[in-house]
Amino acid sequence: MTWRSPLALVRDALRGQRARENELRSLESNLPYEGLEKGKQPNRYFTSNAIKTTKYSLLFFIPMNLYEQFHRLANLYFVGLVILNFIPQVNAFQPEIALIPICVILSLTAMKDAWEDFRRYQSDRKLNNMPCFIYSRKEKQFVERCWKDVRVGDFVKVVCNEIIPADLLLLYTSDPNGVCHIETANLDGETNLKQRTAVSGVCNTHPKFEPESFKGIVVCEKPNNNLNHFKGYVEKPDKQKVGAGIESLLLRGCTVRNTDHAVGFVVYAGHETKSMLNNSGPRYKRSKLERRLNIDVFFCVILLFTMCLIGALGHYLWLNAMPVVPPYLVPPTSGQLDSPSLASFYMFFTMIILLQILIPISLYVSIELVKISQIFFITNDIDLYDEETDSRIQCKALNITEDLGQIEYIFSDKTGTLTENKMVFRRCSIMGTEYPHKENAIRLAVLDEPEAEEEVLFNQHPQPLPTGWSLDSEEANAEDTHGHGSRRRSKVTGNAQSDVAFSSPLETEVVPDGKLFQKISRTSSSSLSHSQKTDAYLDFFLALAICNTVVVSMATSQRRRVSHTNTPLETLSRLMRNAGSIFKFCKRKPKRNRTFTEDSEEHFQPSGQTEGVRTTGLQPCSLHPPSLSDKPALTSDNLRYEAESPDEAALVYAAKAYGFTLLSRTPDSVSVKLPSGEVLDFEVLDTLTFDSNRKRMSVLVRHPITKEYVLYTKGADFAIMELLGTPYYASILTGQSTVTQRHLDCYAKEGLRTLCIAKKVQNHTEAVYKRWSVDRKKAMAAIEDRERLVMDTAVQLETNLTLLGATGIEDRLQENVPDTIQALREAGIKVWVLTGDKPETAVNIGYACGLLEDEDLIHTITAVFQITCTNILDCTLEEVRRYNADPRNVDTTLNMSLVIDGLTLDKALSPDLLDRFVALVKHCRSVLCCRVTPLQKSRVVKVIREKLKVMTLAAGDGANDVNMIQAADIGIGISGQEGMQAVMASDFAISRFKHLKKLLLVHGHWCYTRLANMIIYFFYKNVAYVNLLFWYQFFCGFSATAMIDYWLMIFFNLFFTSLPPIMFGIMDKDISAEMLLGVPELYKTGQGEGDYRFTTFWVSILDAFYQSLVCFFVPYLVYQDSDIDMFTFGTPLNTSALFIILLHLSIEIKSWTVVHWIIMLGSVALYFIVTLAYSAVCVTCNPPSNPYWILQSQMEDPMFYLISVFQLCLCLFPNTRLFVLDFLAQWFSTANLNHPEVFKGNRQCSHSLMLPFS
Amino acid sequence: MFRVSVLQTTDVIPSKEKSRCGRVGGVSRSEKMVKQESESANRPDNTAFTQQRLPAWQPILSAGIVIPGFVLIGLAFIGIGVALLVTSRSIQVLELDYTGDGNGSPCSSCSQSTTVNCKCSLNFTLDTLFQGPVFFYYGLSNYFQNYRRYGASKDDNQLYGDLSYFTSPSSSCSPYDYDGSKNPIVPCGSIANSMFNDTFTLTRTVSGKTDSVPLDGKGIAWWTDYNVKYRNPSVTPLKNAFNGTVKPIDWAKPAYELDTSDASNNGFVNQDFLVWMRRAALPNFRKLYRRIDASGDYQNGLPAGNYTIDITYNYPVRVFNGAKKVVFSNVSWMGGKNEFLGIAYLVIGSLCVVMSVVMLIVYAKFKFPDEE
Repeated sequence: MTWRSPLALVRDALRGQRARENELRSLESNLPYEGLEKGKQPNRYFTSNAIKTTKYSLLFFIPMNLYEQFHRLANLYFVGLVILNFIPQVNAFQPEIALIPICVILSLTAMKDAWEDFRRYQSDRKLNNMPCFIYSRKEKQFVERCWKDVRVGDFVKVVCNEIIPADLLLLYTSDPNGVCHIETANLDGETNLKQRTAVSGVCNTHPKFEPESFKGIVVCEKPNNNLNHFKGYVEKPDKQKVGAGIESLLLRGCTVRNTDHAVGFVVYAGHETKSMLNNSGPRYKRSKLERRLNIDVFFCVILLFTMCLIGALGHYLWLNAMPVVPPYLVPPTSGQLDSPSLASFYMFFTMIILLQILIPISLYVSIELVKISQIFFITNDIDLYDEETDSRIQCKALNITEDLGQIEYIFSDKTGTLTENKMVFRRCSIMGTEYPHKENAIRLAVLDEPEAEEEVLFNQHPQPLPTGWSLDSEEANAEDTHGHGSRRRSKVTGNAQSDVAFSSPLETEVVPDGKLFQKISRTSSSSLSHSQKTDAYLDFFLALAICNTVVVSMATSQRRRVSHTNTPLETLSRLMRNAGSIFKFCKRKPKRNRTFTEDSEEHFQPSGQTEGVRTTGLQPCSLHPPSLSDKPALTSDNLRYEAESPDEAALVYAAKAYGFTLLSRTPDSVSVKLPSGEVLDFEVLDTLTFDSNRKRMSVLVRHPITKEYVLYTKGADFAIMELLGTPYYASILTGQSTVTQRHLDCYAKEGLRTLCIAKKVQNHTEAVYKRWSVDRKKAMAAIEDRERLVMDTAVQLETNLTLLGATGIEDRLQENVPDTIQALREAGIKVWVLTGDKPETAVNIGYACGLLEDEDLIHTITAVFQITCTNILDCTLEEVRRYNADPRNVDTTLNMSLVIDGLTLDKALSPDLLDRFVALVKHCRSVLCCRVTPLQKSRVVKVIREKLKVMTLAAGDGANDVNMIQAADIGIGISGQEGMQAVMASDFAISRFKHLKKLLLVHGHWCYTRLANMIIYFFYKNVAYVNLLFWYQFFCGFSATAMIDYWLMIFFNLFFTSLPPIMFGIMDKDISAEMLLGVPELYKTGQGEGDYRFTTFWVSILDAFYQSLVCFFVPYLVYQDSDIDMFTFGTPLNTSALFIILLHLSIEIKSWTVVHWIIMLGSVALYFIVTLAYSAVCVTCNPPSNPYWILQSQMEDPMFYLISVFQLCLCLFPNTRLFVLDFLAQWFSTANLNHPEVFKGNRQCSHSLMLPFS
Repeated sequence: MFRVSVLQTTDVIPSKEKSRCGRVGGVSRSEKMVKQESESANRPDNTAFTQQRLPAWQPILSAGIVIPGFVLIGLAFIGIGVALLVTSRSIQVLELDYTGDGNGSPCSSCSQSTTVNCKCSLNFTLDTLFQGPVFFYYGLSNYFQNYRRYGASKDDNQLYGDLSYFTSPSSSCSPYDYDGSKNPIVPCGSIANSMFNDTFTLTRTVSGKTDSVPLDGKGIAWWTDYNVKYRNPSVTPLKNAFNGTVKPIDWAKPAYELDTSDASNNGFVNQDFLVWMRRAALPNFRKLYRRIDASGDYQNGLPAGNYTIDITYNYPVRVFNGAKKVVFSNVSWMGGKNEFLGIAYLVIGSLCVVMSVVMLIVYAKFKFPDEE
C-alpha cells in the first residue's frame, strides 16, 4: 500500500462524491488500466458490484441494534423509567427489577434482528460469489470471476440461461442481428421474453468481438429505479454519438434466454443497478386503527400524569398534615427529612415508575404478533387460493390487515381486474364491411361451460382437409372426423402453448369467418402478391401481422430455466411475505424444492420434446393447400407469439388464422407467410412504439415488392380517426370511416375492445426518409427531453393515414365478478371502475358485472368546456337535492350512477369544480371513469380519500394501475397477465377479483374487530391493574407503596395475562365466515368510525376504573381495622385481579375453541404454579417484600374465596346489566323482526367492543 | 425495514412454472398424480386450524339459561350472605381506647408526659361470658406501617440470623443502620426501631379479690415467621452474637433481652417482635398481643366480672394524631367481626333474584315464537 497524503485522499473523496452526484456520468473502459493501482482506475468512484444488504456488522451488532431499537419511542420510555429507578430519591423498586421487562423486550427483538440479518448476510454472500465472465486484457479472453469483482467499465459476458450480474450496456450478441432475449421474471414477474438490441458500431465485432477495440466513452444518467427507462449514449472517439435506451440495457437479475451469449459494458453495478434501486423492501403503512391508537396512548399518558399528580399532591398534603415527625417516616441518610414540596416532587416520579404499565408497552409487541398471525391465516385461506396459477394471496404490507375491515370505496381497474385479460379476437370490420365471426363466437360460448370444454373445443376446430380448404365441406366434416387420439393431442397443443404468455387455447385458436375467408382466398388467388394494386384486405391482415412487437419463438426451442428456489435469490422479503406461514415454510421447503427440480429439470424437458413431436402431425389452423403443407406447416404451427400486451398476440393469432402467419421478427425485418404460401420479407425501418399519450403504435416497413415505404399503424379509434383523411382518399374515406365508426360503436356496446388499423404509403423520397431518420436517431440519443423529441418524430410520420379497418377484441369477465360486486355493494362499499377504455365499452362491462343496473339513473358527463362541465354538475346536484327533498322519496335512495370520461374528469377535478364533483359522487352508487390515464386514476383516489376522509382500496393488475394502488389506503394487485408491477406495488396480491369478497368481508372484518377488541382490552387491562395500586396510595400516605410483590407484578403483565389477549386478537370469531359472506351488511360495522371509537375507549377505561374500585375496596372494607398485613392483603388482590381480567376477556370471546381453553386455563395454572412456587422458595430474596407462604396461607382461608367470588360478581355486574338489556332488546327484536340471525350478528358486532355482554 | 435483493423469485413465478409443467401431457395415470401434487404445491393446508374452522363453543344465552342462572346465583349469594352475617353477629368484640386525649380518660396524664413506663389502667365490666377463645389485640390508628421507605427499612438477611450482616447492616436500614458512634444497630431499620412497646396486664376483680388473667404469648406470630424467616444466630449464649452491636435507638432493652421470663422468646424470634415486623396493610390496624389462656376459670373465655388492664404507656401516638386501643375479640372461621361482606352478598343476591323476576315477567309477557 503506497502512502498518500491525507489531502489527496480528501480531494479524491470529494471528486468521487461529485462524480457520483453528477447528473451525467462518463464511463471509460477499464481495460487499458488493467492491473494498475486503484487510484489510477477511471471508474473508481462508482460502487462495485458487491452488495451488502445487512444492517449490522458482527462487531457492532449490539450497539447498533440498541441504537436502532431506541428509535422506538416506547423503548425510550421504558429506559427512562429504568434510569429514574436508579435515582435513590425517586426509585420505587429495586433498580435491578425494573430492568427485567426492558431487557426481555430488547433481547427478544435483538435476537429476531440478528437472525434476519444473518439470513441477509448469507444470501448476500451467495450472490456476491456467483460466477461470471469478465474480459481480461492480459489473458485476452473472458475469465471467470465472482459477481462482486465486477466493476463499472468492465466487459462482462453472459451466456444463455445465466443471470445478469450488473446493468450492462449490450454491445455484442451471438445473434447475427445483434439481438438478445431476456426474461425479466425475477424483476417484474413478466415471463414473456423481451428483446434487447446491441449498440452497434462502437466495437469491432467481426469476425470476433474485441472488447479492446472499444474506445468510446459511455455517457449515462445518474442511477435511478425506473426499470423501463434508460438514457445514455456512447461517444465514439470521432465525437459521433450513438444513442442507447432501455432497449440496449441488460438489467441485473434478468436471465438471458434464446441467445447463446452476449457481451455488455457495465454501466451500473451493485447497489446502483436498477434492480437494487427498485428494492425498497416491504412497505410500512400506518393503519387507521394505529393512528387512532396513538391518540389513545396519548390519553393514557395524560391519565398517567394526572394520577401521578394526584399522588404527588396527596403526598404533599399528607406530609403537611403531620404535626411532628411520626416514627414511621424514615428520614434519608442525611438524617433530615426533605421538605414536603421536595418530597412530593420526588414522589411524582416515583409514581410514574409505579404506575408505568398504564402505558401499554407490551401492546405494540402484541399488535405485531397478532398481525403476523392474521397474515398467516389470510395467506392460508384455501378460498383465496387460485388453483389455476397455484398461487395464494400474498400479503406485502404486514401492518394494515385491519384496514381491510374498514373500506368504504373501492377503485378498480377494468381490464385484467374485473375481466380475465385474455384477449379473444371477436369481430372485425374491413373497409366498412363487418365480419361477425359467428363460428368463433360459438366456440367461445361453448368454452364458457367448463365441463364441455375439451369435447366441444375440438368439435369447433377446423379440420385440415386433404383436398385443400373448402369451407362448405368443413361444416360437414367437422362432426365426424375427430377421433379420440387427435382430440387428446389438440388439448396437448393448446396446453403447450399456454407456456407462453397470453396464449391459452382460448386466445390462440381463432375460427375464421366464412365470408371473410372466402374473400381473402379469392383475392390472394386472383391477384397474388405481385399485384401492384394492393388489396385492402391483404393490407389489413398484413398490418395485423406486422404492426406489433411480438417476439416469435419456436415451440420446440426450449426455454430452460434455472431452478429458482435453489439459487441464493431466496431472500428476506420472501421470508417476510411468508412470515405468517412459518410452520408452513419449514414443512414445505424441502417438498417444494423436490417437486420443483423434478418438474423443471426432468418433466419439463421430455414433455417439451414430446410436444414438439406430437404437434407435427396436427395442423389445427393450417389453411393453406396441402401441397405446401409439410415443412412450412411444421414451422408455422410451432410458432409462439410472446407479446407485451395481450391484444397484440390476439391480433397476430387472428392474422394467422387467415393464413397471414408471422414467421419471424428481428429488429430489421419481418417475414410473413401469405395464405398463398409465399413468404414476404419486409424490411423494418423503424418501430414507433406504443405510448399512452399517442395511444397508438406504428411500424415503418419497406414493401419487398413495391419497394414503397409503408407505415402500418394501429391504435385507439379516436387516436387514429383524427389522423385520417388525405385528399386523395377523401371521397371513399368519409363513407368508410363513418361506417367503421359505427361498427366501432357497436363493438364498444358489446363490451369489446376496439382498435383501428390504418396504413400510409409514404410518398417520400429516399432523401426525405433519410432526413427523418437522422432526426429520429438524434431524438433517440437525446438525454434531455427525449420523450418529447421521440414523440414529435413519431407524430411527424403518423399523418394522413388510410383507414383499413377495425377489430373488436373481447375481454371476458372473470368468474363471480357480478356476485362479488353485489356483495361489496351490500356491504356499504362504493365501487368505482377506472378504465382506459371507451365509455361505451365501460358502460357495457358495467352492466355485465352488475355495477350498473337497469333501473339506475345513469348520468353520463362529457364536456369539452369547463363551463359545460360546471353546468352539468350543478344541474345534477340540483336534481339530487330535489329528489332528496321530495317527501315521497324519504324511504328510497336515488340509485344514481355516473359515467365520466377522462377529459371531463380533468375539468371536474380542477380546483373550482372539485367540491361540486365530490358532492355529486357522494350520492352516486357507482362511478365509471373512462379513458383515464394512470395519473388521473391516482388523482381520483387521492381526491376521494382526502376530501371524503374515507378508507379507500384500489385494485389493479397492470403497470398503469401502480399509481392508483400506491395512492389508496390499501392497494390490491391482481397477479394476472400483465406482469408484476401492480403486484410489486401492492399491499396484498390476489389472483382473482372474486377473492376480494372473502378478503374484505370475512378477513377484513375479523382482522379489524379482533385487533380493535384486543387493543381496547389491553388498555382496559392495564388501567384496571394499575388502578389497584393507585387506590392503595390513598391508604399509604401516597408513598408509592405496592402491596403486591414486584416480581409478581412484573410477571403479571409479562406472562400471566399476555397470552390470552393475543390469542383473542388472533383467533376470536365474533361472527362466522358463512354469516359474514351471507349478510354483507355486517361489514358496515367496521366502516367510518368503526368499532374502535372514542366512546369505546373511554367506556372501557371507565369499566376498568369501576372494576379496580371493586377489586380494591371489597377487600379493603372486609379487612379494615383488622390485623391483616400488607402482602396478605395484596396477594389475594393480585389473584382476583387475574381472575377478573381473564373473565372479562372470556366474556368478550365469542367462540371458544380448544386453543382458547388451553390458553385461558394455562394462564391461570401458570399464575398459581409460579406464585405458589415463588412464595414457597423465596425467603429473603426480594428484600422489601416478603411474600413467603402468603398465597398458601390465603388459600387455606375460606374468606379468600368468598371475597374473590364476590369481587368477580360485582366487577362483572355492570356487564351483566348491559347484557340483560341487550338480551331483552334481542327478544323484542326477534318478536318484531323475525330475522334472528341478522340481528344476532348485528348485536354481536355492535357491542363486542364496548363491554362484554353488551 | 429490510433491504432485500431483487433477485428473488416471487411466489408466483415458480408456481406458475410448476403448473405449466404439470399441465403438459400427462399420459400415464401415475404421472398425472405426481403432477397433480406438484400443481398444487402452493395450496394451503385444508386443516381446521389454518382455515379457522376449529370446532368452537359459542355461548348463546337463552332465557332458559339466563333466568334460572340468575335465580341460582341470587339464591346462593343470599345463602352465603346470611351465613356470613350470622357468623359475624356471633362474634363478640370489645374495644377500649386508651390514647388519653380527653381529660377524663384514664391515660391522659401518661399521654401528656414523656416519662418512660408511665402506668395507667383501664377498667371494664363484662356482664356475660366473653366466649373463648379470646384474643387480646392492641390497635393503632393513623399509623402508616405501609409507608414505602418504612417498609424497606429492614435487613432480611440480618433477621435471618446471618452474622455477617450484624456487623454491616444493609444500607436499606439507613439511617437506622449505625448509631452516632458508627456501631451497627441490630436489628437495624426503622420498623424494628419503632417497635410497639406498651405492655398490658389483665386482672379480674371477683368479689373484691383480684385475680390475674393468664395471657398466652406463644404462637401469636405466623408459624413461617417464627420458624423460617426469622432466625437467631446459632451462638450460645445469644448475647454473644450481639457483641459489638448496639440496640435500636428507641429500644429500652437489647433484642436478646426482650423477654426475661422465657429465654427462647428472645432475639429475632420474639413473638411481639415478629408480630410488629409483619407490617399492617392499612393505617388503622390491630395486632395480636396475647391470647387469653384457656385454663381454670377462663376455660370458656372471659367470665362476667370487672376487669382492669394495667398499661405501661410508652408509645407516643398523639404527635401524629394517632390513637391506641386494646381490643378483645373472639374469632370464627371467617376471622374477626365484619358485617360488610355478609350484607354485600345479601344485596347482590337479592338484586339477582329481582332481575330474574323482571326478566321472567318480560319473558312471560311477550311469548316469543322461536323460544318455544
